[in-house]
Amino acid sequence: MSVILILIGFSLIIAIGFLMAYIWAVKSGQYDDNYTPSVRILFDNDKTGQEKDDDNKNHK
Amino acid sequence: MKPENNTTTVEKKLLCYHCGDLCATDDIHINDKYFCCNGCKTVYEILNENNLCNYYQIEENPGVSQKKKITRNYDFLEDSTLKETLIDFSDGNNTRITFSIPQMHCSSCIWILENLYKLDPGITNSKVDFFKKILIVQFKEKETSLKGIVELLDSIGYRPDLNLEGKQSIKSSYRNKSLYYKIGVAGFAFGNIMLLSFPEYLSFTDFETTNLKEVFAYLNIILSLPVFFYSGSEYFISAYKGLRKKIVNIDVPIAIGIIVLFTRSVVDIVFGFGPGYLDSLAALVFLLLIGRLFQNKTYDALNFERNYQAYFPIAVTKIINGNETTIPLKKLKVSDRILVKSSELIPADSVLLSDHAFIDYSFVTGESNPVEIVNGDLVYAGGRQIGSAIEVEVVKEISQSYLTQLWNNKIFDKDYESRINSLVNGISKYFTVAIITIAVISALFWIPEISTALNVFTAVLIIACPCALALSTPFTLGNTLRIFGRNNFYVKNADVIERMSKVNHIVFDKTGTLTEASSNQIKFVGEPLTDKQKSLIKSLARNSSHPLSLNIYELFDVHIIEELNDFHEIPGKGIKAVIEGNIVQIGSKMFLEKMKDEKNPTLSTRVYVSINNEIKGFFNVVNNYRNSVKETIEYLEPYYKISVLSGDNDGEREQLQKFFEKEPTLLFRQSPHDKLNYIEKLQTEGDVVLMVGDGLNDAGALKQSDVGISISEDAANFSPSCDGILEAESFPKLIEFIKFSFISKKIIYISFVISFFYNVVGLSFAVQALLSPVIAAILMPVSSISVVVFTVFSTNFLAKKKGLI
Repeated sequence: MSVILILIGFSLIIAIGFLMAYIWAVKSGQYDDNYTPSVRILFDNDKTGQEKDDDNKNHK
Repeated sequence: MKPENNTTTVEKKLLCYHCGDLCATDDIHINDKYFCCNGCKTVYEILNENNLCNYYQIEENPGVSQKKKITRNYDFLEDSTLKETLIDFSDGNNTRITFSIPQMHCSSCIWILENLYKLDPGITNSKVDFFKKILIVQFKEKETSLKGIVELLDSIGYRPDLNLEGKQSIKSSYRNKSLYYKIGVAGFAFGNIMLLSFPEYLSFTDFETTNLKEVFAYLNIILSLPVFFYSGSEYFISAYKGLRKKIVNIDVPIAIGIIVLFTRSVVDIVFGFGPGYLDSLAALVFLLLIGRLFQNKTYDALNFERNYQAYFPIAVTKIINGNETTIPLKKLKVSDRILVKSSELIPADSVLLSDHAFIDYSFVTGESNPVEIVNGDLVYAGGRQIGSAIEVEVVKEISQSYLTQLWNNKIFDKDYESRINSLVNGISKYFTVAIITIAVISALFWIPEISTALNVFTAVLIIACPCALALSTPFTLGNTLRIFGRNNFYVKNADVIERMSKVNHIVFDKTGTLTEASSNQIKFVGEPLTDKQKSLIKSLARNSSHPLSLNIYELFDVHIIEELNDFHEIPGKGIKAVIEGNIVQIGSKMFLEKMKDEKNPTLSTRVYVSINNEIKGFFNVVNNYRNSVKETIEYLEPYYKISVLSGDNDGEREQLQKFFEKEPTLLFRQSPHDKLNYIEKLQTEGDVVLMVGDGLNDAGALKQSDVGISISEDAANFSPSCDGILEAESFPKLIEFIKFSFISKKIIYISFVISFFYNVVGLSFAVQALLSPVIAAILMPVSSISVVVFTVFSTNFLAKKKGLI
């Protein structure tokens, strides 16, 4: 039954890991602005699309 | 394209390719792209040259109209002290600055602002936060300058709101992330403690016999330490602060509950009495913090605490020995000579040195018509200069000016926290007394058995912890706040909604609130004009800088005849010219009829028109009331006392009275101070006042009133410090907002009843010494969650019914 203690230990370590990940996410500002990135990602696609085309041409 | 489409485009009015405004002429165009003004065309040219026309593909007509654009001098940005206060940080090479850009409105704006580096290679990175309407720019000090970037932004139509005041508010919106951390910690502990408590509740035989039970219990204590000392700390602080002010707020019973939960559980575990209530503790703190998050809804882009400094320019043009230099406003001193350009604000009380000027004081006094000032007269701070640039000499320090004196009023220093007397805090005093009484009585009942008595005493305090009670208000009001926000009514915080439901006296400002902000609505009275006549009048009006001429010019949507002869302007009288052989005159009646030395009736703002010496009629300045004023007042009148304050003369008295059935309180010629004093007087008479105003002139009254709502054509722009900002287009919904504040109050009352019901059930277990950890672990979260679900669903349902969602 003492195996459960090891399992509990591991599960706690993993849970603490996720808590750290969450704290890091808040700290790095991921919760500051949750609208603009959703718009920005569409532009980036557009722009990289063009650049990719250019790149392809250059490689050829 | 279909053929019928072709015909419609011919008839269709031309829309500006840049900003989507109506084009008055088709003169301004590049190929097939038409523009409403040269400003818009210039922006297009800049973008086109830099291959940034993607801007126009993302959204149609995304630009900001450049019609009212003023060329500004940004030399003051080279002033190093000023620069230092504006920039975020600099290592001498790389510099970062945060701009507030209120004009940001669509995804095209984000795109162009994030592609700034294509326009100025010195910019390394630019990033937009759309909701806060801010732009963070990083640039290389050696390759470009702050001034250069601001000029660039201005040239493409995104003039940053350069303001020392504004910057502080941007920074402060980044403060408190600690609530997120606290929720994270509490949630983490809640999940784990619950998991570790399950075996106890399910009572496995293995679990009982081995020492796992103790291990799990001690693990729970360790996990609950950060919940108790970190996540729950603000409840202790708030309760302590409240008690020191002799207020028993809702956080007092909560803090008692948390402390008792923790100590009882630790004692139980250490002495082996039982498994403790640590899962209930973690759940309680977690849910309470979620409620707090819900209540803390903020509108980051809006500034509710603007003071006069936010309205004034950051720099002024000073004249030294005939040379113009720009200096920061702070450095402005008495007897400085300054140049005030068209549509700039007068920064301090001054004497006019130019011959004459027109000053629009609508911002300060509410008086809607511009005042004519002649050489030697005083001009007051806050007035907007209309017409060509004027020279003035400063006679008073900025802080001593007529307008800024208002801010020296004690009302602006008052601590407003103390005024908040919310529903929950109102009953929490009785609640706290009641539960302590119940706990003591039931403990006394069990007194022969000391351990049971203690058990009962703590159990009562634990189960009575008013979690559901504390959650009902934030969730109801927080949700109401959101619903209002969706309808363009932005409220500073949830307490405002609660106060709104207590109001019994509503005070309206007239100019800009009941009337539309573009208050100089002009109407032509007389025989209908032909298009030809209209263009004659418009062409003449174009040549005068008098504000009334500008209004007439804007009134007609016709072609302009460029050529005109014999143009005469007699200041204060009228203008005259010969256009295409017609003698056209605009001006006072005396001017047109060539009468002299007759008394000028000052109140009349009639501007007569004559063509070939025949009077065609006159233009009349009228106040344009908002469409819904009548219905709003009709609805409010039976329930509320209503007053209307106006900075204007009483020329509108009759017009206003028509809206009312009863005899209303109408006060005219009210200075900003008069308005403030009037509100104060009402409050001493015991009224709870809601003030609806707009300009700087209402700022004192808005602050003094219990609920101050400022009406704004554009929420991101000028609005004085207030409790709520209502976008002008939503003014008709004001009734609905007030009604809904009552509904929220009722919902809170009902959820009180629900949470009391749970408390009664819980207490019945507790007083009998039957409160086991399992019952607590089920009852406490269930009560909280059911109250939250009830409040959120009922507010949403009723808002939908009222058409607010």
